[in-house]
Amino acid sequence: MSDHPLLTLNQVSKSFGPVNVIRKVSVNVHAGAVQVLLGENGAGKSTLIKMMAGVYQPDGGEILIDGKAVSLPNTRAAEEHGIATIHQELNLVNSMSVAENVMLGRTPKKFGMVDRKALRRQARAALDLIGLDVDVETPVGELGIARQQLVEIAKALSINARILILDEPTAALTRHETESLFKVVADLRRKGVGMLFISHHLDEIAEIGDSVTVLRDGEFVAEVPASTSEDELVRLMVGRSIDDQFPRRSAESEGPAEILAVEHLTSKGKFEDISFTLRAGEVLGISGLVGAGRTELIRAIAGADRYDSGSVKVRGKALPKGSVQAAIRAGLGHVPEDRKGQGLVLDASVNENLGYATLASSARLGLADFSGQRSRAEAVANTLRIRMHSIDQPVGSLSGGNQQKAVFGRWIIAASTVLLLDEPTRGVDVGAKVEIYELMNAITEAGGAIVMVSSELPEVLGMSDRILVLRDGRLAGEFSSADATQDKVMTLAARDVNEEH
Amino acid sequence: MSAATLQAKRRSFDVKKFLANNGALVGLVVLCIALFIATPDFLTGRNLLNIGIQVSTVAVLAFGMTFVIVAGGIDLSVGSVAALSAMVSGWFFVSAGLPGWLALLGGLAAGLLAGVINGLASAYGKLPSFIATLAMLSIARGLTLVISDGRPIKTSPEVSFLGGNLGPVPMPIVILLIAALVASFLLNRTVVGRSMYAVGGNAEAARLSGLPVKRIIVIVFGLAGLFAALAGLLLAGRLDSAQPQAATGYELDAIAAVVIGGASLAGGLGRISGTFVGALVLVVIRNGLNLLNVTSFWQQVVIGVVIALAVGIDVLRRKTRSS
Repeated sequence: MSDHPLLTLNQVSKSFGPVNVIRKVSVNVHAGAVQVLLGENGAGKSTLIKMMAGVYQPDGGEILIDGKAVSLPNTRAAEEHGIATIHQELNLVNSMSVAENVMLGRTPKKFGMVDRKALRRQARAALDLIGLDVDVETPVGELGIARQQLVEIAKALSINARILILDEPTAALTRHETESLFKVVADLRRKGVGMLFISHHLDEIAEIGDSVTVLRDGEFVAEVPASTSEDELVRLMVGRSIDDQFPRRSAESEGPAEILAVEHLTSKGKFEDISFTLRAGEVLGISGLVGAGRTELIRAIAGADRYDSGSVKVRGKALPKGSVQAAIRAGLGHVPEDRKGQGLVLDASVNENLGYATLASSARLGLADFSGQRSRAEAVANTLRIRMHSIDQPVGSLSGGNQQKAVFGRWIIAASTVLLLDEPTRGVDVGAKVEIYELMNAITEAGGAIVMVSSELPEVLGMSDRILVLRDGRLAGEFSSADATQDKVMTLAARDVNEEH
Repeated sequence: MSAATLQAKRRSFDVKKFLANNGALVGLVVLCIALFIATPDFLTGRNLLNIGIQVSTVAVLAFGMTFVIVAGGIDLSVGSVAALSAMVSGWFFVSAGLPGWLALLGGLAAGLLAGVINGLASAYGKLPSFIATLAMLSIARGLTLVISDGRPIKTSPEVSFLGGNLGPVPMPIVILLIAALVASFLLNRTVVGRSMYAVGGNAEAARLSGLPVKRIIVIVFGLAGLFAALAGLLLAGRLDSAQPQAATGYELDAIAAVVIGGASLAGGLGRISGTFVGALVLVVIRNGLNLLNVTSFWQQVVIGVVIALAVGIDVLRRKTRSS
C-alpha cells in the first residue's frame, strides 16, 4: 500500500443553479480497502459518485489520484485513471452474449472480422478474475441480476480498473447472492483494489466495509469505522435516532374476516399449487430466493399475468385471470418490484401518477375529474409526506423513497384493501423505509391486509405476522413471526439449491 | 419556500421559461418577421388565407398523428388513408348513389375503420405500429386505386362545401380550428386522452395501474384514421374531386409537424398547440420559399434541414435542462 490513497475527493462542492447539492465533502478510497458511503436518498451520494466517474465536475475542491490532482472532464478520463462504476442500472446489452458484453468496445478482430475464439478466451479470462462460472455464450439477459452484476464487475476489472465504485450492488440481491458478491469483494480487497461501496443495508456495513463516510443533505457528517453500531449509523445519517427499524404493530382482529384466498394457483414453469389465505389486518411475508417464483406469484394474483389453473378469491369472489382492472375493482393494489419500469410514468407529474388507478372510476361522461383528482392527490401526498417542490413536478425527479410512496398513494386513493407489495423498500433509504412500514401498519389497522415479497430477510421477519417460504415455485413452509429466524427461513428457502449449482 | 412566494412566482409570467418551452413558436415568429421584411407579398390577406388553407390539411393529419405519437406509436398510413377516405366518399356518391351528406359520413367511417384496423393489428396482433401502418399505407393506397381505377372521382356538394367558403372565410380554416379544439379537448380533458400520455410514457406501468392499454391503442389509431379522413375530405373538397394520388407522402409532413411541435417519438410528450405551430412552420417555409422563387427542389432540402434543426435544438435543450 502506498502512502497516498488511490482516490481522494478533497473538499469538493457542486451546485446546480442555486441548489448546493454537495458542500465541501471529502472522501478517501484506499487500495485494498472498502470505503462505505452512507446517506439517505438526496444526501448527495449519486452526485459524489458522478464526480468520481467524470460525469460532473466539482465547482470547488479537488480530486486527487495517487496524491496528484487530476481533472476528470469526462467518463473516459475517469476510466483511464482506472475508475469504474457499477451502477444500479447495469450497462449491459441484454441480447448479446456474456463474452460480447465483457469485450464490448474492444472486440478482438482478425482480418476485420470478429475473432470469436479470442473473444471467448479473453472474456473467460476476465470472468476468471472473480471466479464467475457462467457460459460466455449465454445471452446476458438470461442471467439473473446478481450474475449480470458480476459480469459487469469482471468487465471493469479486465479494463484494469483499480478503483471500483459499487452503487447499491446488493439492493436487488438475495442474501445468498449478496454473500457470493461479498466473497468477490473480499478477494478484490486482497488484490489491492480500492472500493467505494454504497448500500442502504446497514447490516452489511460491518461485514464488508473498512470505514464509513456519512453524508447528510450534501454535507460531510462523519467518518467512522465500519464496526460502528447500526443505531449510531442511523443517527448520523438521519440526524436523529430511529427507535425501531421495523415498527410492526400487529393489527389482527379476532374472528374470521378472510379477505384473500389463493387456491392451488399454478403457472407452469413459474410456480405450482400455491394455496394460502390472508385475513384482515394481517401482513403476510413471502420469502425465497430470486427465481423461486415470488414475483410471478404476486403478479398472477394482481392480474398482471395469466396463470394455468387454480383460483384467486377476494372476499369469496373469484377473480378472472389476467385482469388488472378486475383485481383493482375487487380492492387489490399492486406495488411492483421495478418502480421505474413498472410502477411509474416517470415523465408524468406526481399528480397524474397518483391518479392512474382512479382515472376512469372518478371520471364523469368520459371527462377526467381534474379538480377532484388534484385535491385527492394533494391530500394523499400530504399524509404520506411525499417530499416534492410541487405536485406537478415529474415523478421521476423525486428520490426513490418518495417515488415508492407515490405508488402506494395511488392505491390509497383507489381505497384498495389488499396491497400486494413486491420489494416495497428496494432502493429506499432508512427514514423513508420506516415511513413505508408505518404506512403498512396504518393500512392493516384500518382493516386492510398486505402480502409482501421481499429479499430482505430482516424486513420480512420484522414486518410480517406470518411468513411463507417459496422454493423452486412451491410452498416450502410457513412460519409465524414468533417462530421465524433468519436461519430457519434461509435453510428452508435454499435447501437443495446449492447442490444444483 | 413559502406558499405565498410560490404563488407569486406562479403568477408572474416567466418569459425565459415560456421561450424555452415554445421554441417552435419563437421560430415561427422569427420566420414570419423575416419573410415580412424579405417580400411584400407575404403579409397580404390573400397570402395569409392561402397559408391557412394549406396548413389545414397538414395540421388536421398531424392532430391525429399527435395522439399516436403521444401514445408511443407512429402512423405511416395517414396520407393513404386520407386519399382512401375521400375516394370512398366519392364512390358512395357517384357509384352507389347515396345522398351527399351520407357519402361524407361514409368517407369519415372508412378512415375510422382503417385506423381501428391499425390499432387492432398493433394492440392485439402485436405488430409494431411502424409495420402495421406501413402495411396499411400500401393497402389503403392500393384500394384507392382499385376503387377509382386510377381516375379522379367527383365529390358530393357537401364535401365540396368543406373546401369552399363561409362568408369571407375559407371553410378549411374553420374546420381546422374546430378540429384543433376537439383534438385538444380529447387529449387534455378526457380519460382516454390522459391515458394516452400514460401509455406512451410507460405502457407497463399504465397496464398495472388498471388502464385498458390495448383499448386505448385502438382508440388512438381510430382517431388518427378519423382525422386523416377529415383531412382527405378537405383536400378533395378544394379540388371538387377525390384524386387517387392525393396526399402522397403527407404522413411525413404530419410526423414532422408533430415533432417540430415538441413531441417525443419515444412517447408520453406532445401538445396539440405545438403540433399546430409545427404545421404552420412547415407551410410558412414552403410558402415563403415560393414567394422568393426558390424551386421546389431546393424547398425539400430546406424543409429537411429545418426538421433536423428543430429536433436537434429540442434534444439539446432537454439535455441541458435535465442535467
